[in-house]
Amino acid sequence: MQPFDVHTGLVVPLDRANVDTDQIIPKQFLKRVERTGFGQFLFYDWRYLPDGTPNPDFILNQAAYRGATILLTRENFGSGSSREHAPWALADYGFRAVLAPSFADIFYNNAVKNGLLPVVLPKSAIEALFDRAAEGPFEATIDLAAQTVALSDGTTYAFDIHPEHQRRLLRGEDDIAVTERYLASIEAYEAAHPLPPLVK
Amino acid sequence: MSRGTIVDKIWDAHHVVRGDGGLDLIYIDLHLVHEVTSPQAFEGLRLAGRRVRRPDRTMATIDHNVPTDDPFVIDDPIAKKQIDVLRENCRDFGVPLFDLDSDRRGIVHIIGPELGLTQPGMTIVCGDSHTSTHGAFGALAFGIGTSEVEHVLATQTLWQAPPKTMKVNIVGTRHPAVTAKDIILGLIARFGVSFGRGYIFEYAGNVVREMTMEERMTVCNMSIEAGARAGLIAPDETTFRYLEARPFAPKGAAWEAAKARWAALTSDPDATYDAEVTFDVSDLKPVVTWGTHPGMAATVDGVVPHPDDYVDATERESVRRALEYMALAPGTKISAIEVDYVFIGSCTNGRLEDLRAAARVVERIGGHVHPRVKRALVVPGSKTVKRQAEAEGLDRIFKNAGFEWREPGCSMCLGMNPDIAPPGARVASTSNRNFEGRQGPRARTHLVSPAMAAFAALTGRFADFEESRAVLAAAGGGRGAAV
Repeated sequence: MQPFDVHTGLVVPLDRANVDTDQIIPKQFLKRVERTGFGQFLFYDWRYLPDGTPNPDFILNQAAYRGATILLTRENFGSGSSREHAPWALADYGFRAVLAPSFADIFYNNAVKNGLLPVVLPKSAIEALFDRAAEGPFEATIDLAAQTVALSDGTTYAFDIHPEHQRRLLRGEDDIAVTERYLASIEAYEAAHPLPPLVK
Repeated sequence: MSRGTIVDKIWDAHHVVRGDGGLDLIYIDLHLVHEVTSPQAFEGLRLAGRRVRRPDRTMATIDHNVPTDDPFVIDDPIAKKQIDVLRENCRDFGVPLFDLDSDRRGIVHIIGPELGLTQPGMTIVCGDSHTSTHGAFGALAFGIGTSEVEHVLATQTLWQAPPKTMKVNIVGTRHPAVTAKDIILGLIARFGVSFGRGYIFEYAGNVVREMTMEERMTVCNMSIEAGARAGLIAPDETTFRYLEARPFAPKGAAWEAAKARWAALTSDPDATYDAEVTFDVSDLKPVVTWGTHPGMAATVDGVVPHPDDYVDATERESVRRALEYMALAPGTKISAIEVDYVFIGSCTNGRLEDLRAAARVVERIGGHVHPRVKRALVVPGSKTVKRQAEAEGLDRIFKNAGFEWREPGCSMCLGMNPDIAPPGARVASTSNRNFEGRQGPRARTHLVSPAMAAFAALTGRFADFEESRAVLAAAGGGRGAAV
């Protein structure tokens, strides 16, 4: 997993609430057996017109937002299906972080496991960032260790993150490798709670 | 802080490591696997030279990509490859697979319970958000992403933050025409699509206690549509009666021992929850969604709202967009909405009682699928459901009325297989998500109960409550005695 420490990038505003994972990556693109290559299908039904040409009204297609790496959006981002293809698509497209007042639980976990930083900011901060976006494209710097989002004019917003998620993101650590250090605990649990084979 | 609830008890019984950095490592009793969210997980194992720790606690099936006319003829090469890759992975890693030729195969959340794999007190995960279904048995069951699937395959454990609990009381006197689907849609419409975020629900109250297991599964299934990863119901005699003699349920002395253990799985009288809500269903009527998330719903005697009814600007804009997508004018009577596709099935409503309720409505109204309705699909949730329904003659009722009687699979719930609604189609669907494009690009989904879907198939529109209450009530509120 790619570690996340400090990232500066262009912020693209997606002014919608309850963006579900069916919108982030529609189901017709879930049949691949690889983790890569999903960025081309990100927000497919919004990004492309029925004839397959880019929808000029969709914000990601606007020239000013080319190369954006930080997505600014509204509450309950990533709701619905558990598909990890959603953070894979966002990360493959080039996003490193998503700023929102809240995230759906499963999406949040999936994002953290892929080095895509979900930043929960107060509603007032999100509102202020949308106001800032209305004035034109801007960059932000996210410092995970300091837990801050800073703008070039000095405005800074603090955010909370579970210390364990923070630690693993900063180190880019593989969860399974961490857990394998607890193998003795797993074996002790299994010895104390013998589970007969279930699926015979 | 939650204490003494059934969730706390299950959590405490599954600790491998407590609170390392604030996350607990919990043991997983049952891991369900399907073709869509597992290939990258198995690939990860292979690359790292890891094995599956408990193949005997892992069960795989094929459901999302399966064609429901002939499951063995898969024209889409990418869908076929995903299925072949699952077969290869199950073979290489020793994971039991209910393959397409198995007479026990079906939608993963239908077959787990009906085979007795799903049992009270278990921790159950699957790379699928509707894993919450299994909570109906008093199991702690939730959906996970593919990285977590890989983690469970390798270690049989997961790192999780200790859950917050919310007690969801469902109380009152239920009208006979009101189904479990109406109750869960009504709950989400009342409290919103994210009120469960960060919580695990415990459903309680007289209405829940009176529900059959299949009704409880419908309710728990849609917990995720309220934002809750899991929703569960303490097991009781209804649970035990359902489980007894199921193929993988304990037998003989082991059954008696298990039952005694499960009977203790209730929240203490003085249990404390992190939150609590109460939903009185006494005035509830059948529910139809009008928008693009499950909380955008109204009762059948209602109308499509106006964006200006909403104070919050973001919500107003969401409703405006939803109505534009759904091609609905504010003020339209719900019962005046005309549909041209009907889908009865899915992990929400693809069980025997659901098919009985729909068949009963078909019999009661009589006649044929309305000429406006281009396709009406009935898709049993599993081979077992299909066999039982055919033994009761439900297939003949549907076929005689012009419905298509299909093979089991996820079908038109999410259109990863050939069952897709075309652009602009308006679908009465018993599934769980009415998101944009869910049933096919630009298709318009109205979530309803099986009884309402059957009504829409025969009349070409949704039921007016006054004219239809007797018909819908005759469907037994989906409570499913044989037709």
